[in-house]
Amino acid sequence: MNAMRETLRTYILENFLPGEDVKNLKDDTELKESGILDSLSTLKLVTFLEERFGVEFEADDLEAGNLATIESIERLVQSKQART
Amino acid sequence: MSTNYGLAGLLMDSAQRTPAREAIGVPGGATLTYAELDALSDRMRDRLWHMGVRQGDRVGLRLHKSIDGVATIFGALKAGACYVPVDVESPAARGAYIHNDCQVKVVVTEAGVADEFEAELRQLGATPPILALDDDQRDRALAATLEELQQRDPAPAVPSVAVHPDDIAYILYTSGSTGKPKGVVLSHRNAASFIDWCSRAFEPVAGDTFSSHAPFHFDLSILDLYVPIKHGAKLVLFGEALGKDPLKLAATIAHERISVWYSTPSILNLMAQYGKLEKHAYPALRVVHFAGEVFPVPQFKAVRAIWRTPRYFNLYGPTETNVCTAYEVPADDPLDHVTTFPIGAICVPNLGRVVDEHGCDVPHGEPGELVVHGPNVMRGYWNLPEQNAAAFLKDERGRLWYHTGDIVTENGSGEYKYMGRRDRMVKRRGYRVELGEIEAALARHPEIKEAAVVAVPTADSGLRIAAFVACKTDQRLSIIALKQHSSQSLPPYMVPDVFQVVDALPRTSTNKVDLQALRGRAS
Repeated sequence: MNAMRETLRTYILENFLPGEDVKNLKDDTELKESGILDSLSTLKLVTFLEERFGVEFEADDLEAGNLATIESIERLVQSKQART
Repeated sequence: MSTNYGLAGLLMDSAQRTPAREAIGVPGGATLTYAELDALSDRMRDRLWHMGVRQGDRVGLRLHKSIDGVATIFGALKAGACYVPVDVESPAARGAYIHNDCQVKVVVTEAGVADEFEAELRQLGATPPILALDDDQRDRALAATLEELQQRDPAPAVPSVAVHPDDIAYILYTSGSTGKPKGVVLSHRNAASFIDWCSRAFEPVAGDTFSSHAPFHFDLSILDLYVPIKHGAKLVLFGEALGKDPLKLAATIAHERISVWYSTPSILNLMAQYGKLEKHAYPALRVVHFAGEVFPVPQFKAVRAIWRTPRYFNLYGPTETNVCTAYEVPADDPLDHVTTFPIGAICVPNLGRVVDEHGCDVPHGEPGELVVHGPNVMRGYWNLPEQNAAAFLKDERGRLWYHTGDIVTENGSGEYKYMGRRDRMVKRRGYRVELGEIEAALARHPEIKEAAVVAVPTADSGLRIAAFVACKTDQRLSIIALKQHSSQSLPPYMVPDVFQVVDALPRTSTNKVDLQALRGRAS
């Protein structure tokens, strides 16, 4: 059990997929292509990540790919934490 | 005289007057002068003509926001054709439906997405020639593609085509309640009436720099495209990615010295909330227009707290009339006791009336439907005779008044206030959303027996779209699968926020879906 992934999963489920079964949101579920994250929910997620994990996002971080899945979000946040 | 070239004449005139002035630019990218934009669109006109486009034909566009897109639009207009832009970010199937519906003569798109789009068109039995721009050639894809084609298959130069004011200039498709998008047909006269009103209302000058934030399939683009070009001003294009990124937006508005900004309230709110607007200075900014949806006053005040000096206009009007009423927010009004703005007075020379369900005028101050008559009003919907008949009210003098579907009140001195809708259309990020179109898309899923969609207000003055679906078998669909299905056939702004899988939809005593009950469950 990975704490950051579970935090992310809970946040996404509660905010963008209310009612969804936790087992359906996998670490590699495509968040953008499946329509779970749009431009506005992405901004909300970024604000949450900044506050929860004490990192700061640059405009370029939102480019495609970085926020594609729970796995890739975790990688991005961890690399930011490592830099600070 | 420029008028006989319609909208293309605006560019041709400015190119004559001020050939060396900057006409159009992309932040951090290319810039074209009026002479260059005019010449590039001439070559596009020649190519489209060579591909068989003639006066009265439709030219389909599926392009990202780009200088090439603008040159293509003017190329089509110079050929005497109208243009039909579709959203490059919406599913290809939806765009193909639109281009097939109005039988475009040629499709202009980008090489990267051309094959998928061509396949979708072919599925519908449509095989228009496709001009695919080489998207490896950033900023000069159209010029490079035209040069390359010219080598292989030269297109002789042809003159620009004179048009009649009632000729079609563009067709913009909006959400349709029956489940398919419908095409709003607008003429050169319609566009000119609105553009001339803009000239009078906020006095654009050649020194202005206009933003183009809205995509070309959204009618906010009409102001963006043609008002600056008419006045010899500069147009700065905000591409799709930049347009959604509040941090970059704020920096770009400052850096490009935008003087006239136009967008939905959603985008302004997004910038105030996430854009760190206060980090920059905006000495050039003198006019801010917003339209497409209600701007809650508290959110507006957050924007004005940072952008203190510009004039603010609340522009109102459906695609069928473009902007038909306008309200300037008084600069010195603290707005302490208001929650929404009036939509303002009718844009002359159009006329407005507030009528009841029988088409009779209601007394001043009473709520009724706003109907509009005048040169802004569309010619009709493309190939939808029944909806055309329902769209207009005919008065005793035979004049046609467009039914906006919006319930308003009039205060006795010609100022209107928006109260709500007559039907099941809602606005999301400025876009029209017919809840029936979402229901139709959901019902196309093989596992779904029936679906109903409602919209409820959220605490932060937004709107939540909630879908209720009943499945054919006990195998319950996951919410992710439902989102995925929706985003494959609907534009992003139409995908429901929440889904509930139910055993059956609640019914009223007359066996209609009980939307009232569903709204209760969704809020």
